[in-house]
Amino acid sequence: MDRAPHLLMCPPDYYGIEYEINPWMSRSRPCDHDLAAGQWEGLRRALEEAGARISCLRPVAGLPDLVFTANAALVCEDLAILSRFRHPQRQKEEPYFRQWFAEQGYRVYELKSRADFEGAGDALFCGTTLFAGYRIRSDIKAYEEIASVLGCRVVPLELVDARYYHLDTCFCPIAPGVAIYYPPALDTYGRRALRELVDDLIPVSAEEAGRLAANAAVVGHTVVTPTGCAGLHERLRARGFTTGEVPLGEFIKAGGAAKCLTLRLNGEEAAVPFTKTLPPEALQKTRRT
Amino acid sequence: MTRLVSAPTAETGDCFEEVEVRGHIIDSLILPKILDLISAGGGGFRIQEISIGQTRSDPSHARVEVRAPDDRTLHRILAQIADHGAVATQAQDCRRVAADLDGAFPEGFYSTTNQRTEVRLSGKWVPVENQEMDCGVVVDRDEKTARCLPMSEARAGDQVVVGHAGVRVFPQERSRDPQTFEFMGSSVSTEKPKGLAIRKIARELFENRARGGRTAVVAGPAIVHTGSGEYLEQLIRSGYVDLLLAGNALAAHDIEQAMFGTSLGAYLDREGLAEAGHEHHLRAINRIRRAGGIRRAVETGVLTSGIMYQCIRHQADFLLAGSIRDDGPLPEVVTDVLQAQSRMRDKLHGVTFCLMIATALHSIAVGNLLPAWVKVVCVDINPSTAIKLADRGSFQTVSLVTDVAPFMRALFEELAAIGSREG
Repeated sequence: MDRAPHLLMCPPDYYGIEYEINPWMSRSRPCDHDLAAGQWEGLRRALEEAGARISCLRPVAGLPDLVFTANAALVCEDLAILSRFRHPQRQKEEPYFRQWFAEQGYRVYELKSRADFEGAGDALFCGTTLFAGYRIRSDIKAYEEIASVLGCRVVPLELVDARYYHLDTCFCPIAPGVAIYYPPALDTYGRRALRELVDDLIPVSAEEAGRLAANAAVVGHTVVTPTGCAGLHERLRARGFTTGEVPLGEFIKAGGAAKCLTLRLNGEEAAVPFTKTLPPEALQKTRRT
Repeated sequence: MTRLVSAPTAETGDCFEEVEVRGHIIDSLILPKILDLISAGGGGFRIQEISIGQTRSDPSHARVEVRAPDDRTLHRILAQIADHGAVATQAQDCRRVAADLDGAFPEGFYSTTNQRTEVRLSGKWVPVENQEMDCGVVVDRDEKTARCLPMSEARAGDQVVVGHAGVRVFPQERSRDPQTFEFMGSSVSTEKPKGLAIRKIARELFENRARGGRTAVVAGPAIVHTGSGEYLEQLIRSGYVDLLLAGNALAAHDIEQAMFGTSLGAYLDREGLAEAGHEHHLRAINRIRRAGGIRRAVETGVLTSGIMYQCIRHQADFLLAGSIRDDGPLPEVVTDVLQAQSRMRDKLHGVTFCLMIATALHSIAVGNLLPAWVKVVCVDINPSTAIKLADRGSFQTVSLVTDVAPFMRALFEELAAIGSREG
């Protein structure tokens, strides 16, 4: 079985700023379509060079945000917990994501609670714990159900800055016990919980956070961010990570970058399987890729 | 699971709602955050129950009572903590079904207890009025108030609460004041020291009068037979009795005693039976009937002493409920049992202390009508009276198994002692 990091992306054929559902988006600042296509290809290349295998979802006219595949679902092994988008504009993406997962043979789970949940955009594994952003796009009630479906610890973190509307815009686990974060995007309780639960938290400056530095894609030991995040790169390299950067300005106009444009399908680098039958020591040492 | 449970509370004048929070609420600090939000919002909280997961993957669960000085504050806090996953455990209104018949409830009606009860109407918890066990709850037309209603008084179209959703009950807490009712709930026993209990009952009577409470006395004819009538008269004269509930017999023998000096033909002040004494109570009843009732008899000088006389002279309200073995009966006796029950119910509103002496029938009848927060003392020589009261749900009753004469004498003396000390 191919254990190469496997990512889902969606080409930006129909990408554009057609509505405004976060503070980044402004229809008066439309995207340059050719430039966006080039940036997307650049990201794909960088990820493939880092060792990733990319699957592509067929783009759909009228669904500009389908490029942000991170919001398709939360994938855990062969289970895909489908998103239920807060905004009607994005709710139209749900059937396409559902269809793709079903066709690929995933067990597709739809939340029974009527809570909003925006997939891997708000739910990120670090170690055996799922960290889960709530308040702006996802409801905390969704996490109760997800915890019982997955049987793992789910730690909800309140997002308090509308610019960092998904957890993956301000928090990025890169290895078990190691994560990038932008503290002001979280409330004090969330920050305190993170400090308790994640050994090595790498903060980003306000300036780099504003370039969506924390919205990084992780492939093996390589962390790919948008350009202009030198400070973070330095800190990452000091810890032995390889860094990569791609210009993603056209997507940042919509509030998304490297992480938002990808969905990890076969276990994030930072995730540790939480099979209950394994002793905790074994869990700590087992990486999923 | 680690489980801690605390008893629910019911304090009046406070608005509150119970919420629950589930998930990994400890590690994520969601629970402390919610509790902090409650305090910061001007409310208070009490953790009713908390179950903490033993392993990292086990979720935890907490039930929290959120309290606020007013409804607006409470709703503001509830809206705020809802965003963090705290949801009201009773988030639905009570269900109502219109009664389709007079004198009967719809199937599945909510059957009441004598405990303080609230129903949820349009998202607001509303206290149920006229709390009484074994009734239904009817929501009034304005949808803002609800009250207990006996089955026989139901009318077609009444909005009757059905099922348990949207209904909450507050079990009566034991008194926290050891000085007053610490012997509450003690089991029925003939082998307990009586002196201390009687002293406490006297204290309760005294304080109930002092704080403007209403005392009801439920009395059986043994009070007269044993010659203890004079003590009850003293209590009435001293303003300790606001309402006397009894049957035909107590009044008949009291009047017999007032007119002939006998009770059931036996002299109360000397040994022996009076000549044709068995007729005395009938002659007494007859005189009252001829006078046009007890009140008229007092007013016209036909009746000049006794318990009933003191009731009328000292404006102590009374209600005499009839039964099928009654002689006469006296004109004031209400012989229709449903009417008697209904009038007892009306008169018992506002009663805060109830002393039941030497009658099983009337004690149980009154016990059924009283809400659980009214203190009840039951004195009977037969332990089964107290047991029956408790078995029928009047568990707030303090029971004293004793002959009525020494009890009444001791109670009178204790009250006199308190009176001379404290005025």
